Amino acid sequence: MKNPLESVAGTIISGLILTIVLVFFLKNFLVAGV
Amino acid sequence: MEIMPGIARWIHLLSGVTWIGLLYYFNLVQMAALKDAGADGTAAGITKHVAPRALLWFRWSAVVTWLAGAWLLGSAFTDAFLLRNGYEGIGIGAWLGTIMLFNVWVLIWPNQQKILGMVPADDAAKAKARRVAMLASRTNMMLSIPMLFFMANGLSHRAVLGL
Repeated sequence: MKNPLESVAGTIISGLILTIVLVFFLKNFLVAGV
Repeated sequence: MEIMPGIARWIHLLSGVTWIGLLYYFNLVQMAALKDAGADGTAAGITKHVAPRALLWFRWSAVVTWLAGAWLLGSAFTDAFLLRNGYEGIGIGAWLGTIMLFNVWVLIWPNQQKILGMVPADDAAKAKARRVAMLASRTNMMLSIPMLFFMANGLSHRAVLGL
C-alpha cells in the first residue's frame, strides 16, 4: 500500500481520520463518566 | 495580571500562524515548485534565497508558539499534559503541537541543512535527508489538522467534546 503522506490529498485525509479517532478517544476514554 | 493571558494568547496565535502558514507553504507550494524548478534548472533560486529564510522563520516561530502556549496554560500546564481536570481537549492539542515542535528541530531542520548545503553531505546522504524531511513535514501537516481542531475549539470544547 502506498504511504498516504506521499500526496497532499492523502495527508489531509489522514489528518481528518486522525481527528475523528482522537475525538472518539477523548469522549470514550478520557472524559467518559465525567 | 489579567492582561497577561491575553498577551500570551495573542503571541501564541501570531507565532502559530507564522509557523503553520510556513508549514503549509512548504507542503502545498515549495515541494511541488522545487520539482518543477529542478526540471528547468531554476531550483537554485528557491534553495538559495527562499528556503533558508522560510526555514529560519519556521523553526523559531515554532519555539515561540510552544513557549507562548505553555505561558498561556500557566498553572494548568500539568493538567493539560496529563489530560485531566477539564484540560483533556486542549491537552491533546498541546501534545500534538509538542510532537510537531520535536519534528521541526530533530527531523526537518537537520535534514534541510544537508539538503540546502549548509552542512556537508554526499549525494546519498542528501537523498536520504530529502526523504526524511519530506515525510516529517508531511507528518506535521497531518498532525496540524487535529491539533488545530483541539486548539481552536476553545469554549466549544464543552459542547463538542463533552468537557
